[in-house]
Amino acid sequence: MHDEHYKIQIDDIFEGPMDLLVHLIKKHEVDIYDIPIALITKQYLGYLEWMKAMNIDIAGEFLVMVSTLTQIKSRMLLPVHEDENEDEDPRLEIIRPLEEYLRIRSAAEKLAQRDLLGEDTFLRNPGQEDYLRGREDVVIDVGLFELIDAFQKILENINPIGRMEINADTITVRDRIVQLLDIFETKGSVTFDGLFSKAADKSEVIVTFLAILEMVKLSLIRVTQHTRTGIIRLFYL
Amino acid sequence: MEEIKNIIESLLLVAGEPLTIDRINNILTLTGKKEIRNALSELSKEYEARKGGFFLREVAGGYQIRTRPEYREWIKRLIQPKALRLSKAALETLAIIAYKQPIIRNDIEHVRGVNCGGILRMLLERRLIRILGKKEIPGRPLIYATTKQFLEIFDLKDLKDLPTPEEIETLKEASSEHMG
Repeated sequence: MHDEHYKIQIDDIFEGPMDLLVHLIKKHEVDIYDIPIALITKQYLGYLEWMKAMNIDIAGEFLVMVSTLTQIKSRMLLPVHEDENEDEDPRLEIIRPLEEYLRIRSAAEKLAQRDLLGEDTFLRNPGQEDYLRGREDVVIDVGLFELIDAFQKILENINPIGRMEINADTITVRDRIVQLLDIFETKGSVTFDGLFSKAADKSEVIVTFLAILEMVKLSLIRVTQHTRTGIIRLFYL
Repeated sequence: MEEIKNIIESLLLVAGEPLTIDRINNILTLTGKKEIRNALSELSKEYEARKGGFFLREVAGGYQIRTRPEYREWIKRLIQPKALRLSKAALETLAIIAYKQPIIRNDIEHVRGVNCGGILRMLLERRLIRILGKKEIPGRPLIYATTKQFLEIFDLKDLKDLPTPEEIETLKEASSEHMG
């Protein structure tokens, strides 16, 4: 029996509450100036449930965002008096920071696209320069929320009969990582879906998913998504 | 003129960091800044005409010879660059500081809506950002700004050279672009 809890830390690697909001807005293709607050709030809570279920630490900031959204929703339900001057859209409270955040996100993307020293362009005498530091950080080309979406899809495809069974000798995350490493050693890269066999039961799927997150964190693999096909592929580093 | 150009080229070849016009001027005492500027622009033109393996870049207030990005893959076969590799969260934090500096931590965190203590420490360690001082408000929070090294790594002449962030087109467009 292994009853050690597997917790995933998301603070540095994964995204924050704003990213989840942006993810949902993109996913539902809504206008940021006309956000359907009720729908987005519901979805937002749904993702938090998923993250909780997967033992991902939910930072307090996510809850702050939920309360902001809920507050906006309730303010929108209040009747607007015609003589009131301040009939500002309550959603501005979230639109303004959202705009600001999107601007920064676009700036960050543009910075990353420049000809980076040590990545795209080099000096005559490398090696002495101390910008050549360790690879402690991971570039994640796929966001956590995209992974959760992909994961949800896989769970939907599991044979429903086996769903609630509790198997005593389920594989641990650590063992699964070892197995996955073998696969990566031979193949170099695999698709996300390819790691989940059709017959797998829920616990196995979850263990595999946690193993992938952990491997990303350990900089063992890199996750990318094809912009056209949407296929998520994992690369061995 | 020809000789000045050659001297400057030799300096650029040996220098580790970007050479400023002032620094070159201190070495070539008898040459005016204007001539130095002309020589540098001549050199740059020559490199562009030749389209060789390297070019002259104006970075962090100075000039530096760098390899052309087209040949990155070949260079990576020669040396194993432990590249910058910043996470998305770290890049965003860095962008906030770059565009809004001088800035205190609270204001940085406000934009992303998330704690960034760990990221700030990492950016400081890598000398991409620095502490300018303490702000004279209650709590005396630290003020952050980017470094010269930040300009060098991101191939920027100065802070005015930062790319202009796009005004927010509707996310729909952004997502359709993303998904193709």
